[in-house]
Amino acid sequence: MSVVFWKELADHFSSRRFMILLIIIVSSGLWATYATGQAIRQNTDTVPSQYAFLLLLTSSGETLFSLATFLGFFGPLVGITLGFDSISGEYARGTLSRVLSQPIYRDSLINGKFLAGLTTVAVLWGSILLLVIGLGITLLGFPPNGEELWRMLIFTTVGIFYVGFWLALATLFSLLFQKTVTAALASMAVWLFLTLFVSVFSAAVAGMIVPDASTPDAIARRSDVENVIDRISPSTLFSESVGILLNPAARVFGMALQSQAEGILPTPLALDQSLILIWPHITTMFALVAACFGISYIIFMRAEIRA
Amino acid sequence: MSAVVETNNLTKRYREKLAVNALNLTIEEGEVFGFLGPNGAGKTTTILMLLGLTEPTSGQVSVCGFNPTHESLEVKRRVGYLPESPGFYDDISARENLLIPEDEARRRTAQVLDQVGLPDDGRRLVKEFSRGMKQRLGIAEVLVKKPTAIILDEPTLGIDPDGAIRILELIKDLNRDHGLTVMLSSHQLQQVQDICSRVGIIVKGKLIVQGEMDTLGKAILKGRQWNFLLEVGGNTDGLERELQGIQGVDEIEKRSHGWFLRCTQDVRGEVVSVVARRQLQLLQLRSEDPTLEEIYLKYFREA
Repeated sequence: MSVVFWKELADHFSSRRFMILLIIIVSSGLWATYATGQAIRQNTDTVPSQYAFLLLLTSSGETLFSLATFLGFFGPLVGITLGFDSISGEYARGTLSRVLSQPIYRDSLINGKFLAGLTTVAVLWGSILLLVIGLGITLLGFPPNGEELWRMLIFTTVGIFYVGFWLALATLFSLLFQKTVTAALASMAVWLFLTLFVSVFSAAVAGMIVPDASTPDAIARRSDVENVIDRISPSTLFSESVGILLNPAARVFGMALQSQAEGILPTPLALDQSLILIWPHITTMFALVAACFGISYIIFMRAEIRA
Repeated sequence: MSAVVETNNLTKRYREKLAVNALNLTIEEGEVFGFLGPNGAGKTTTILMLLGLTEPTSGQVSVCGFNPTHESLEVKRRVGYLPESPGFYDDISARENLLIPEDEARRRTAQVLDQVGLPDDGRRLVKEFSRGMKQRLGIAEVLVKKPTAIILDEPTLGIDPDGAIRILELIKDLNRDHGLTVMLSSHQLQQVQDICSRVGIIVKGKLIVQGEMDTLGKAILKGRQWNFLLEVGGNTDGLERELQGIQGVDEIEKRSHGWFLRCTQDVRGEVVSVVARRQLQLLQLRSEDPTLEEIYLKYFREA
């Protein structure tokens, strides 16, 4: 498997489409970080220095998106880019039967490819965070504290699961369709639906389930239904996780009733408490990755290889 | 000699289509076996089952003493496979394309590239290679793992005559000098006839005949043991009638430059006497064995 892994890793890091995405993400991310850093420097009275580095990730400053939002939107593109031709490309080049006739187990190919994709994502995500930390130290003049580093590390893990889902989905489509273009289009269609249109869909369904939202209870119930439906989307799971993880002051998803907010102390949540809140999200994302890859694995192992 | 490939009622069915039907095939160690059949006959499906890349629907198969379905790694360690159109990663070098997860094999890349006539092309990108060079690279990859048998699926398809001859010479050398067992699937009957000691013909998934070329040739002659090609110069009016009168001449067929005589005995003396008596110029009189094309067409039509 190591041969496939290293070859795929080299392919990813030398492919033009990956380099283009990398440049876009890194340059935009650094710009967002720089703008936010400048804003923090100019408002040192109002911004708590305890979580300044987390603010670099979540605050949009004068830019359109924060770095976390930006990664949430473009992360799936990285996963799809790495996965949509992983198997269909082998079919198209006619390399599949040749490679599988070598003395390697069949699953070494799909395992090696998937692992190389995940490693690429981890390297990309980790590099961006290190750049942010470096830029942050330069702009703010102090290093991140231990809790911030832990939260950033968990943020990276969540990000790998999140992009890993899109990688696994694109790999699955590349197996199902065996045509590179079809696999890419199908992956993009699912991405657009789950990122942009799922909220429209959830609002419509919630409106049907709770038609009269004139009382606070009904509004809260409709919101709950919307949230549940929204959470079929990994994008929602990711943004909610990041919202809690990188903002220790946040303690609820979505809206909270006045009665629920009463008695809450205005102190930041400890890391373990934030983790308890987002644990279902993390496990769901992990399960989605495992399910998508598991299905791909089974299909690939049972596939008839044609010359 | 022991059998490198042995199948017993090997069958493969794709939904309604019977791709391979109860195939009983034997390939002995050290032989060059020609696997013939029209498009869609089941040749490639058979090869894929021999390598464990496709699972048989029923029947048994043994390659180098291993079951490819359950011991595919052992089979793939011993058998090299060159697909009909071997695909390569175009953006990496020839040497890098010869990926094998063994350090020893990595060290052998230079040696096998030299063996297939690509000694100076190891560092070139594969996208710069011609089709013939890619086929040779495919054979290099097959050889890297020091196989005991190789399976070549249409190795000369789409290659110019000179390139095809060089590949055939290479296959002959591998068999003669290295004792490799070769299974050659091809449509190029003349090429198969040139290098194969035994052939098998598969039609519609069924192996209709397998055996040595001589045996198959004699079988289709049905008692006509002798074939001659006669070419003469001069006035040949009435010659065909006179040749027909020679005892032992069974059938005469007019060819563009003479006659093809199918006979039950050696009639060369009588033929020369007739030519001399008619004061004709004897240009050639040579015996001809049945070609693989004749054998193939005979069995193909019967099937």
